[in-house]
Amino acid sequence: MTDLLQTLLNGVAVGSGYALMGIAMVIIYKTSEVVNFAQGEMALVSVFFTYMILHTYGVPFFYAFPLAALFAVFVGCVLEFTILRRAKEQNVLGMIIVTIGLEMVLIGLVSWKFGAEQKVMPFPISTYDTLMIGNLFATTLEALTFAIVWVIMLGLFLFFRFSRLGLAMKATQQNKVAARLMGIRTNRVLMFTWGISSLVGCVAGILIAPKSMEPFMMWDPMLKGFSGAVVGGMTSIPGAVFGAYLVGIVENLFGQYAYMEFKSAVAFAIIVIVLCVKPSGIFARHYVKKV
Amino acid sequence: MSVLLEVKNIETYYDLIYAVRGVSLSVEEGGITTVLGNNGAGKSTILKTIMGLIDDQPDKGTIEFDGKRIDGKETEDIVRMGIAYVPEGREVFNELTVQENLLMGAHTRKDRSALKHDFEKIYSYFPILADRVNQWAGTLSGGEQQMLAIGRALMSRPRLLILDEPSLGLSPLLVKEIFEIIKIIRNQGVTILLVEQNARKALGISDFGLILENGRFVMAGPCCQLLEDQDVKEFYLGFKAQESAKGYQRWKRKKRWR
Repeated sequence: MTDLLQTLLNGVAVGSGYALMGIAMVIIYKTSEVVNFAQGEMALVSVFFTYMILHTYGVPFFYAFPLAALFAVFVGCVLEFTILRRAKEQNVLGMIIVTIGLEMVLIGLVSWKFGAEQKVMPFPISTYDTLMIGNLFATTLEALTFAIVWVIMLGLFLFFRFSRLGLAMKATQQNKVAARLMGIRTNRVLMFTWGISSLVGCVAGILIAPKSMEPFMMWDPMLKGFSGAVVGGMTSIPGAVFGAYLVGIVENLFGQYAYMEFKSAVAFAIIVIVLCVKPSGIFARHYVKKV
Repeated sequence: MSVLLEVKNIETYYDLIYAVRGVSLSVEEGGITTVLGNNGAGKSTILKTIMGLIDDQPDKGTIEFDGKRIDGKETEDIVRMGIAYVPEGREVFNELTVQENLLMGAHTRKDRSALKHDFEKIYSYFPILADRVNQWAGTLSGGEQQMLAIGRALMSRPRLLILDEPSLGLSPLLVKEIFEIIKIIRNQGVTILLVEQNARKALGISDFGLILENGRFVMAGPCCQLLEDQDVKEFYLGFKAQESAKGYQRWKRKKRWR
């Protein structure tokens, strides 16, 4: 029994990392309907920037993390402004291809600048600190990740529900022309969206980095986060979080009780099953267009 | 009365299609100006050109609002100058509630405190919206969505309200109601530019009318004059010319002003 509970807990723990990536992708998808495959690598750039200022320049954590956050927002905005906005025929498929290209360019840049070998991210919490809950244990880092996911989820929920900018973002997604007619500067809204999304991705990256840090570190969390988001319906932030938990849990259960080798593949099996049963995702609350 | 919107010789292309072929019109402040025309005449294109919704258009000509050039500006900036546009086919935000839709209409406003009063005003124009405050706009009926679209446009407190076929797809009773509201809005001091297919209704409430065919204005005048015009009567209002005693027309009236 303890074994099972521990597996579930591990699933939620690893799912929290995926959840952050999922949230980041959902934010962009919500406003522009673009699936951003460069999400992981945008986070990667921010993580290596953090590593650089912490490791090479010795900036204390207290300043380094806010700086990293600013940098992440900046990266998101710049990429939107310089690359995605320039795409002339803005159909969704083209935009997705652009993000895939962007992903490759960014990963190349990072490997070129920092090299492909494993690095050790300086981090205030050691990855060996553990918490005991009853007779289950989790690392402090996992607990922190879990808490941060909920804080971000709650924050974004309140932001989209109550703030004017959040409302403008929703409006932009639903009807861009009408949003412009309301005087919403849709270009700025999109840029800001990429900024926030990049920030959430950066948080995910920094929390994943202490465990493993090399140029391909974000690839797996990004894909798993994406599958979580798809399971949750792609437009719902809580949906993405629970989808990511589901992916984490099923993956761990499968690894524990079935085949360890196929652990990672399970996430994609989940996507297929969900897309067959309920194509819009479990948590999607989409208004069905009247004909 | 001064001229609020002055369009001079605009020409608009959709790629190679020459849609608006040199059109001028001026909208008097405080009145209702109507543009009539059959399908494909270019009515909506003129409005979209005014709002800057068609990239890189107008190809030629100028548009002035309140003495300032607005052609070539971004839609967002044009809206901020005090023009509100109700697009054809309503275009409400389907997955926002009625209240949120109205709030979006007031996006450009700085005076948040006055909003409550405006909400109440809109709900007094369209009481049915008050019952639907927390309902998603996409679940409203067509008529309710049209009311919402008009209400949303009014929330920005525009000086000029542009309506693109507000009667599209509505029952005659609703059309009547909407036109009553348009009159009330005019009486509150908002200038209105109206594009319509429903010629009788539109000319009935307007001060000045223009008739568009194939991208050109073919006729313009005060509404009372247009209503009396032989051609307008026959082509737009459905009057029949009297037949001759022998049962056929002696001469054929031209069908178009081409």
